[in-house]
Parts: sequence; C-alpha cells; structure tokens
Amino acid sequence: MPDYQTVDHDVLIIGAGGAGLRAAIEAAATGLSVGVVCKSLLGKAHTVMAEGGVAAAMANVDDRDSWRVHFADTMRGGQYVNNWRMAQLHAQEAPARVRELEAWGALFDRTPDGRILQRNFGGHRYPRLAHVGDRTGLEMIRTLQDHGIHQGMDVHMECTVLALLRDGERIAGAFAYDRERGRFRIFRAKAVVMATGGIGRAYNITSNSWEYTGDGQALAYLAGADLQDMEFVQFHPTGMIWPPSVRGILVTEGVRGEGGVLRNRDGKRFMFDNIPDNYKQQTADNEEEGWRYVQGDKDARRPPELLTRDHVARMIVREVKEGRGSPHGGVYLDISWIKERIPNASEHIRKKLPSMYHQFMQLAGIDITREAMEIGPTTHYVMGGIRVNGDTQMTNVPGLFACGECAAGLHGANRLGGNSLSDLLVFGKRAGEFAAAYARTQSPVSINADEVDESARRALAPFERGTSADGPYQVQESLQTTMQNHVGIVRVAHEMERALGELEVLTQRAERVGVPGNREYNPGWHTALDLRHLLIVSEAITRSALERRESRGGHFRDDFPDKDPAFGTFNHVVRRGPDGAMQLVREEIPPRPAELDAIIKEMQS
Amino acid sequence: MTAPHADEATTGGVDAYTAAQTAQDAAVGHRSRDFKVWRGTDGVGEFRSYTTETDDGMVVLDAIHQIQAAQANDLAVRWNCKAGKCGSCSAEINGKPKLMCMTRLDELPAGEPVTVEPMRAFPHVRDLVTDVSWNFRVKPRIQKFTPRPPDDPDGTWRIQQRDVDRVQEFRKCIECFLCQDVCHVLRDHHMHEQFVGPRFLVYAAALEMHPLDIADRTTELKEEFGIGYCNITKCCTTVCPEHITITDNAIIPLKERVVDKHYDPLRALVRLVRGKRKD
Ligand SMILES: Cc1cc2nc3c(=O)[nH]c(=O)nc-3n(C[C@H](O)[C@H](O)[C@H](O)COP(=O)(O)OP(=O)(O)OC[C@H]3O[C@@H](n4cnc5c(N)ncnc54)[C@H](O)[C@@H]3O)c2cc1C
Ligand code: SF4
Ligand code: SF4
Ligand code: FES
Repeated sequence: MPDYQTVDHDVLIIGAGGAGLRAAIEAAATGLSVGVVCKSLLGKAHTVMAEGGVAAAMANVDDRDSWRVHFADTMRGGQYVNNWRMAQLHAQEAPARVRELEAWGALFDRTPDGRILQRNFGGHRYPRLAHVGDRTGLEMIRTLQDHGIHQGMDVHMECTVLALLRDGERIAGAFAYDRERGRFRIFRAKAVVMATGGIGRAYNITSNSWEYTGDGQALAYLAGADLQDMEFVQFHPTGMIWPPSVRGILVTEGVRGEGGVLRNRDGKRFMFDNIPDNYKQQTADNEEEGWRYVQGDKDARRPPELLTRDHVARMIVREVKEGRGSPHGGVYLDISWIKERIPNASEHIRKKLPSMYHQFMQLAGIDITREAMEIGPTTHYVMGGIRVNGDTQMTNVPGLFACGECAAGLHGANRLGGNSLSDLLVFGKRAGEFAAAYARTQSPVSINADEVDESARRALAPFERGTSADGPYQVQESLQTTMQNHVGIVRVAHEMERALGELEVLTQRAERVGVPGNREYNPGWHTALDLRHLLIVSEAITRSALERRESRGGHFRDDFPDKDPAFGTFNHVVRRGPDGAMQLVREEIPPRPAELDAIIKEMQS
Repeated sequence: MTAPHADEATTGGVDAYTAAQTAQDAAVGHRSRDFKVWRGTDGVGEFRSYTTETDDGMVVLDAIHQIQAAQANDLAVRWNCKAGKCGSCSAEINGKPKLMCMTRLDELPAGEPVTVEPMRAFPHVRDLVTDVSWNFRVKPRIQKFTPRPPDDPDGTWRIQQRDVDRVQEFRKCIECFLCQDVCHVLRDHHMHEQFVGPRFLVYAAALEMHPLDIADRTTELKEEFGIGYCNITKCCTTVCPEHITITDNAIIPLKERVVDKHYDPLRALVRLVRGKRKD
C-alpha cells in the first residue's frame, strides 16, 4: 500500500451540515476522538440555505399543539409509510433540541411574551416552525458550528470521501482525498456516521448545490447497507423560474405561511379547485377564511396553498399544462396583495422575508412587496435514503450510522416543511450518541490495503484517459436530463424503462470520462468522481419508482394515479446483490403499537 | 380514506413542464461576452481570456460555470447556494470584492472584458480559490457564548423581539470574508497575528450584544484582537453583501466599550459593582 496519510478517530462523521455537526457535538461530549469530514468549507453545507424554519411542537403560539399532533401530521404527510418509531421520537424530542440551540446562542424570532415564535407551514396543523425571518438554516448551522468548535472535534474541511472501508463485516473507516491538493487520506474509525445530505443534482432543475450528488447513499450502498424509499423525491412547488440562470433556486414556503397566494394567468386562486379528501376537513374553502388563518385566527382552517408540497407541485404543473401558466412556464406567487389587508405591508414583508426580498430584487429585478413572483416546481429533497434503526440510527452494517437527509424513514412518502431541520437535530444527536456508545465496545479496526489501492486506482483513472474522452460535465448533464424528463414529478412505466436504458449507457460513458489538469483543486476531476454516486442513486430511484405501481406522496404515476392500500404496508429496499447488480425487495412495515394507532385515528376525525 | 391525488387531470406528456421551461430559453437574448479569469497555482499565474454566450439575468458565477463546463474543466472555483446565502463564491470582479453569484453581468460595463480574480488578501491555492483557513483558526480564540441562567424553571429564557432585532444584523453574516479581503490592516499590512479583522469584530459584537450573554470580551478585544488597529475607513461596510453596517454598528460600539472599560476608572468601578452592562 503506498504511503497514504492515515488519521485515527473513534468516531468519524461524514458531513458537516446540521445532522453531522449535531452528531459530532454529541459524540465529542463523551470524550472520544471525533473527526468531521466535509466537501466544502465549514458552515457552507446545505443546512445554511434552509429558510422557513424548524418544526417542533412547543405550543408557544397555539397551546393545542403537542407531540401527538406533530406525530399525526408527519404520518399523514408521509402517507403512513414512515418509520413510525422515528416519527414518534422526532415529535417527542424536537422541542428539547430546539431549546438546546437557544442555550447555545441561537436567537429565534419571539412571541409578544418573549418565547420562541412559531409560524405556519404546509401540512402542520398548528403554527409550529421556530424561525429567524427566512434565514433559519444560517442561524442553526452557525450555532452548531460555533458551539462545536469548542467541543474538541477535528474538522477536515474540503475533503471528499470516496469509499467506506470495512474490517470483515464491521465498518473500519473511510478513504478520501483533500480537494485542495488532491492527496489521498485514510480515516480509520470504529464507528462512522453518514450525514451527507441529498441527491438533487440528479435533476436539471433543483434547489440543491453541487454537493448533492448522493454520495452518502451510494457509498453506504456499496459498503453493503440497505437503501429505502428511494422513489420518494420531493419536488418543491415554488422555485424561481426567471431569468433562466436562477431556475430552481428555492422560494421558501414561508411566503405562503405569511399569506402568499398562488394564482394562474387569469388571476384565479386555483388551489381552491382541488382539495384532497383527507385534508378537506382542515382546509379553508374560501379566501376569507384562509386569510384569517394566516393572521392567527384559531377557528379558521388553513388556505389550500398550505397543502402538502407534492399536491401543490402537481396542481402547478396542471395549470401550466392546461395553458393557464405565466409567461415563463410557471404560475404566480403573490405576497404583495396583503397590502390590501394590513398597513405597512411592504415593511412587514421585508422583515419577515428579507432574503426572499433580496433574492428577487437582486437576481430577477422584482420587488416582491409590489409584484407577484413567477415560480414553478424544483427538485428539493429526498425522503428515501439509508435504512436505519429508528432508535439508534445504525444501518445493517455494524458501526455504520446515518442521519439527516441521507437517512430514510422519518418522512415516508412526503416530507413536511420544517421537519428536516428538526430531523437533523433529533437524529443527529441520536446518531452521535449511539455511534459513540458503539465505538466504545469495539477493538481496534484494521484497514484492508487492497480495498484502498483499488479505490485510489479508480479515482486516478480519469487523468489517464485525458481530455479527448467524454467530459464529466457533459455526462452529468445528460444524466440530469434523463432523470428530469423520465423520472420527474409525473412518472409513467415506459418512460422509466427508457430511463433505465439511458442510465446503463451513461454508466458506460462515465467509465470513459477523462479530465485535464492535475489533482490540485480540480472541479472537473471532482465532478467525474461524483458521477458514480449519481448513477447509483438514479438507478435506485428509477427502479423503486417503477415498482411502485400507485401514487403516493412525492411519487406520482400517470399510469396508476390512485393510492393503492396494498402498497401502504411495505417499503422498497434496494441493496447490492452478490453479483454486484442492484436488487429491489419489499420490507414489511412492522405493525404500529396501539398507542400510536390511536393517535392517528383520533387526529383523522 | 380516499386517494389523495384528486388531480387526475395531470395527464399527458411527462415532460410538458420541462418542455415549457426549455421553450423559454429560446426567448432570451443571447450575447457573447469576454472574460479575463485569473488562472494559476500558489500565486503564480496570469489572466486568461475566454468568450462565452450570456443570457439576460446571468450572474458572473453562471459565466464561470459555462467556461468551466465547455472550455476549462479544471477551472477552480468555490460555490454552493448560488443565492447569496452561503458566502462561498467570493472573488474580485473588475477589481471589486463581490459574491460571484449575486453579481449580474448587466450591472457591469458592457463592451469591455469582465475580470475575475481571487481574493487577494489570502494565500492563493488555485485559480479563484484561496486559503481562507486563517479565519477558521481565529474564531475559536474568541470566548464562546455564555448565557445567563435560564429565566424559567423549564430551562428557557424570555427575550423581547426588540432585543433580538438589535443583534440580528450581525447574525446575518454569511462568512464570505470579503470584508477581511478589503481591510487594509490585513490586505496591505498583513497584521493577521495582531488583528482579527472586521468579520470577527462583527462576531464579537454579536456575542457582546447578545441579550443572554454575560461574558466580557473587552480585554481580549483590545489586547489580543487588535480592535485599535481599525481606523474606521469603512471599506468593510462598503463590500458586505449582507449590508451589515460593520463599522458604525459593530466596531464603533465595541471600541466605546473598550474605552469605557480601560480608561474610565469610575465607570469600570461601577461595572464591577453592578455587573456587565447590557445594551
Ligand atoms: C434552499 C433550501 C431551503 C430549505 N429550507 C428548509 C426549511 O426551511 N426547513 C427545513 O426543515 N428544511 C429545509 N430544507 C431542507 C434542509 O435544509 C436539508 O434537508 C438539510 O439541511 C440537510 O441537512 P444534512 O445535515 O442532512 O445535510 P447537509 O447540510 O447538506 O450537509 C451535508 C454534508 O455532507 C458533506 N458531504 C456530502 N458528501 C460527502 C462526501 N462524499 N465526503 C465528505 N463529505 C460529504 C457535505 O460537504 C456537507 O457538509 C431546505 C433545503 C434547501 C436546499
Ligand atoms: S473600518 Fe476598520 S475593519 Fe473595516 S476595513 Fe476599515 S480598518 Fe478594516
Ligand atoms: S461581515 Fe459581511 S462581508 Fe464580512 S464576512 Fe460577514 S457577510 Fe461577509
Ligand atoms: S454560492 Fe453561496 S453565496 Fe455565492
């Protein structure tokens, strides 16, 4: 084995977003040696971009809220294929996790009596999202980062993990390269926590950054871990669409929470046209009531703009397809109209949605306090991911844990807004705690030199092929187009079969990609290495989606437009077969305890 | 329970939405523009010229990405959010420190090449990427957040919105380090050992004026963090993409605290007796 730099830790955390940092803080508190690896600089992970808020049933604004309601909302939003244990723990523990952030210096917006203010969001029955204007993610990641750096963890920034390493069955660490100089590094660790986020870069139109290439899901898969629910991808209804260079950038749901409405070309609030039966009881059927709701009237029901994201996204697609869209192929989102209702509307909007105001002003030349925004759906979040134990977050590979967006279970078929930031805190903490406890029980691990050499050889291959070969960006773009066109918001069997064929061709093309230059900070090389991960998650999404012959949550089948109860009893699990090919199996969802069942029934009425 | 997908009307071509999106591309005005991008390693390098097609509304980062995808695969650049939220894409555009993702091409003079170069106050790594690690070493030196005991028995605090509002401005910082790049104490005089720079004075201000914090950082501000080196040129405020009034709202009040504490024995005595003043 060539002389790679080797770094030893008891617990290695891959990812420095909310989930990774929270896990690291917890593990470091036990006194073990903890390392955190991330692809970007510290504080730049996706979590920094979160806008709307973090969901926790603190009942500061509406005292009817409780963990039970939050649990039931999460299960309803996820169409009951969630891991109910995770949904329960999440609802129970989120309030303590949010308060803890305050003890570490976070400053949320306040209620008049000085407590943490909570705002409305889609699918949440009561105002539940703690927030700081529309930059909640920045507040959260900075708080965790600034607290974490005093906890004695080692942060390895701009370092990308290429492979997980094993010692027999159990995990033994990770193999990585530093982006700055391109040097390889071995991390030896008794426990590894994946906290790598999502997969949005598998699509053309996305709110996600270059980091979201599904590394965590793919690396875990290659190391023998199960992936679950990969068909459930969330298309957020409101992304920017104009000018073209900003297409996909997120417009927070907070705009609708503050009273923003959706209108088609004719000025009609089309969301009233079609309210799903299971939300009818909770949804306003007239504009007046909807307005009263966002103003805090406890007797009013929420406006249909705040229905779940999957539904709102499909309604927008329908308006566009039927010729009622805006000039650039979306619909209008209007918050400026509230000036008809409240004094100082313009000031209020700028205070509650400062970064949206700034974003539209700077990038689109639109003043959202005066004009409507043009918006359309954008690939935003993946509900599926690495399959974990709901209590400990351990995968089926001993010593490998996962938390945050890269893990599956909590959100089922559709995630509610605000439930991700709380997910990061609740399960980041649990993953850190259980990874540390596990590491304590382990004898030292040893690294398999052949495994490492093989990874290094594979990583350097693109340089040998040179620049006359296929370019990495071109292959990535073709892959994105395939997924966007054939495995997008509305899916149908023959399109997905076509996608599988195209992915096979792309896999071959990826094997032939060549890059110019050398190993020092070379994004072309980095993009080439990410392709393998993108291809694995794309295949997992497509295979799972093809097999789910019904429509549920984020997964909509044009050829099976209805929900089929028979598909509500299991999750799709994808794993690597002994021959290296992808296998798809059904795993039964364990029966819910009577106590949780009773909560769901009670809240349905 | 009935099916949630009542909107069966969503039938027809799978990618009609995408098609509509693609159609609009055709409608935008294309223009080709010249760029001069600084390329090199460890400070050794030169401007190289590139020409690329640009559309209405494009930002500098889009052009850099286009050049990277088609002409220079290995062009090194940092970015993440593309929406001014993460502070990764700092560079000097036509000589001015800016975020590449928030600088529209139509704001820059047409008819002359757009120059893009790395931040000059930090050690160079490659192309547009610099070594900003010094900033990450400075932060842990600043005494961490230290709250007063909780107000309520459940471990929570009562805080008024107006007290939150007072420090929110400082907490908007996205750590782009553009203010560090422009500050002459760091850029021209290289006093990295003696002076923490505007970013960390903003950070210290956020902690000092935090409604719950009870630590006192004035001695370090004077003795270790070099607040006295700032001579209020306000260059940092001018470049801050988050429009934080760094000098007037953060640095000057901190300087006043330092002066209060160190040069006014009577005030210092009162402070000792009454505890730290929170304003
Ligand atoms: C624009 C936007 C707005 C959002 N708003 C909200 C909101 O209001 N409320 C809400 O609840 N959710 C929101 N979300 C979703 C939420 O922000 C994300 O799901 C969440 O932040 C993910 O956190 P994470 O810790 O799992 O991953 P991230 O924060 O994305 O961190 C992933 C980390 O893993 C690292 N990593 C990845 N691959 C590798 C590798 N191979 N080697 C080393 N490191 C690696 C990355 O560098 C990064 O540090 C929003 C998302 C977006 C994009
Ligand atoms: S005002 Fe002070 S901190 Fe800001 S640039 Fe000038 S000298 Fe530097
Ligand atoms: S204070 Fe402004 S310029 Fe300085 S790092 Fe923060 S956001 Fe950037
Ligand atoms: S890419 Fe995030 S600020 Fe420019």
